[in-house]
Amino acid sequence: MNKAIGKIPLLIMICLLAFSTFTSAPQVSAFSEQIIQRGATGDDVVELQARLQYIGFYHGTIDGVYGWGTYWAVRKYQDEFGLEVDGLVGPQMKAMLEKSTDFDYEWVHKQFYEGRKFTHYGPDPKKNQSGPKGSKIPPLEQKRRQQQGQGTAPGTPAPGGQAPEVTPGGETPAPGTPAAPGGETPAPGTPATPGETPATPGETPAPGTPVAPGETPAPGETPVPGEQAAPETEPVPDEEPVPDQTTDEGPNIEQAINVPQGFSENDIRIMAQAVYGEARGEPYIGQVAVAAVILNRINSPTFPNTPSGVIFEPRAFTAVADGQIYLEPNETARRAVLDAINGQDPSGHALYYFNPDTATSGWIWTRPQIKKIGKHIFCK
Amino acid sequence: MLRTILVAILGVAVVSTAYWGYQEHQEKNSILIKAENTYQRAFHDLTFNLDQLHDEIGATLAMNSKDQLSPSLADVWRLTSMAQMNLGQLPLTLMPFSKTEEYLYKVGNFSYRNAIRDLEHEPLSEEEYQTLNELYKQSGEIQNEMRKVQSMVLQDNLRWMDVELALASEDEPLNNAIVNGFHIVNEKVEGFSEVDWGADLPQLQSNDDLLNERLNGEEVTAEEAKEIALRFVELENAEIHIEETGEGLAYGSYSVRINDPEHEANIFMDISKKGGHPIWLLQDRQVGETNISLNEASEKAKELLEKNGIEDMQIVDSKQYNAVGVFNFAYLKDNVRVYPDAIVVEVSLQDGEIIGYESSAYLTNHRDRDVSQPTISVEEAQERLNPSLEVMEHHVALIKNDLSEEVLTYEFFGVINNDTYRIFINAQTGHEEKIEKLDNAEPVYKSA
Repeated sequence: MNKAIGKIPLLIMICLLAFSTFTSAPQVSAFSEQIIQRGATGDDVVELQARLQYIGFYHGTIDGVYGWGTYWAVRKYQDEFGLEVDGLVGPQMKAMLEKSTDFDYEWVHKQFYEGRKFTHYGPDPKKNQSGPKGSKIPPLEQKRRQQQGQGTAPGTPAPGGQAPEVTPGGETPAPGTPAAPGGETPAPGTPATPGETPATPGETPAPGTPVAPGETPAPGETPVPGEQAAPETEPVPDEEPVPDQTTDEGPNIEQAINVPQGFSENDIRIMAQAVYGEARGEPYIGQVAVAAVILNRINSPTFPNTPSGVIFEPRAFTAVADGQIYLEPNETARRAVLDAINGQDPSGHALYYFNPDTATSGWIWTRPQIKKIGKHIFCK
Repeated sequence: MLRTILVAILGVAVVSTAYWGYQEHQEKNSILIKAENTYQRAFHDLTFNLDQLHDEIGATLAMNSKDQLSPSLADVWRLTSMAQMNLGQLPLTLMPFSKTEEYLYKVGNFSYRNAIRDLEHEPLSEEEYQTLNELYKQSGEIQNEMRKVQSMVLQDNLRWMDVELALASEDEPLNNAIVNGFHIVNEKVEGFSEVDWGADLPQLQSNDDLLNERLNGEEVTAEEAKEIALRFVELENAEIHIEETGEGLAYGSYSVRINDPEHEANIFMDISKKGGHPIWLLQDRQVGETNISLNEASEKAKELLEKNGIEDMQIVDSKQYNAVGVFNFAYLKDNVRVYPDAIVVEVSLQDGEIIGYESSAYLTNHRDRDVSQPTISVEEAQERLNPSLEVMEHHVALIKNDLSEEVLTYEFFGVINNDTYRIFINAQTGHEEKIEKLDNAEPVYKSA
């Protein structure tokens, strides 16, 4: 032991190592029962994208949304392996994928929720995949090294991935981690977590190893059932190496959501703020109707053509005039906006609405009325 | 002694209050001036745009060479958009200035369509020239009126803030110089004799007028509408309220509210009087967690359509928003996707219940139509595509083009640099009718 090493870094290292041994049991999870269809979101989609990327069919971002890029990858796969080319991922395709690819649930999900950068999910050693630059060594790789008695403290990824290149055998120490001569800091007697022997990859974890707790799924995601397929393949197989794509482009594992064609999530947010400010006390259908009026105005020749143009038009909405538009909207308002964008219009194509108890303008009463929803009268 | 201290304290309090009040007053004034300035800028920009518009239309008339005409018309289009934008920043929303806005929209539309067409091969017709002349005259009149208002604003130092106040107060008729000036402009526009915009200007007919024309069947009574509604949501003996819609809607319909005891939520729907068609449905319950897959939910959506005798529909798009699945259907005739006949169904991924249904496009456009066959082959159509587009999938589809005509097209899905595009090539002429970039999923931007 080098005397120059302070106690604190050592402690940190021990903790980190303990943590990594704790969480690095290779999880080969399996798809749930569902047939995965274009437009779906959730854990099954993350797995599908990761597995397709593993065998080089999918090069996009692993984002948990079955969008167009994933759809083309699935169709290519189906075409190549003689399945029906319909973009639906059914039991047969899932079984084939599970056989031919490897999926480290824990690891990918960690990246997924932390928005970690890494370049390509494939069968080559993960140290080459983990971030173009300066990402941590993946747990699997750590394990392997520990067994060879050379565990390394995972470097904390530099923000923006701007740390110097990771070269095998010559790790750049994380800031604060002292570099031992030779580049590798030997693990000072791998910390023995009571009752735990590090499992060799490919073996079922020793009893007492916690089965990786499925991450708490994001709202609206189906947690993958915790059943474990016995890992048949080596975590680091040598078969069909995929050319390692080391593109230094942005993150390609990142959570995403569906947005309706033609609007960004921020547009939806602005409209949700307007709906919330104008109609938060109204029944849900009244909120959809208010959102529909905003969209009807965007599509009308006599009003501005953008959500913000319509909403911030002077005197158009009271919530804008009194600043209530800057309140934090709730999920209901957002859903009302999505419903309206998807074509719902309970107002009957109205361009105006008003509250008869508080309306100050006589002119508004002259408009042809359509219906009353909650407190608002909607009119042409 | 005590009195002196009290007086001193009081004196300090009065002085500091006065100072604070003065500060507040100053601040309020400066904010008012800022707001006034934005209004003034929008107004003067607007009059400047209308000036330019008049000159630019004049320039197109004076032009002799065809290749100069296009940029000039494009400029007219640009100026109308800018004028519309500036109009939208003035506090005129609650006064009938809409004729002028509509007029600007039509001028913009006319100039845009003629700017993009190939004037070499298809020069302006005599009628279109006539229209341009007419527009020149009219834009001159508008310019004149607006200049009057502008000079009044400048000479009498009129404030837009006062317009706001005048509009907000209830005195009718409004007595405000600016408002009156705008009224005069609007009346002028209304008085313009109907300009011949050319046969192919999309009708500004609203959706509900069209729907009213197309609805078929016998009138149904409120009682019958109740039965239809209950059958549609498959409930029996639920509490149900029904109302008729007002005059503002071109088609007569009943608004129905059903109390769904099972989910403790209300189901709302509109049912047309003519024919008793369910037009839309919405459930107002909040959806929790996902228990069924998007794929299972799509089966539920299909079932709903089949149960209601809406046949030959195909899912053309599906998307999951948290625990709600949204499915877009189009009518399929002889393997041709008929996009105008569209229905949207929303299914809860919690329990597979239908929570939304929207069919006004379908009711407006659907009829038993004869779909013609393409006259050019897929290969020929594909030759019209950008060579760097990798085609992934194609269909034959009927769409409404920019001129609101139904055209038969080849629909190509293709990829350029990881972005997916949808391109419609006319199956008779080979024209590119429409190109859309299909949005990818959006990353979750986390504010750190």
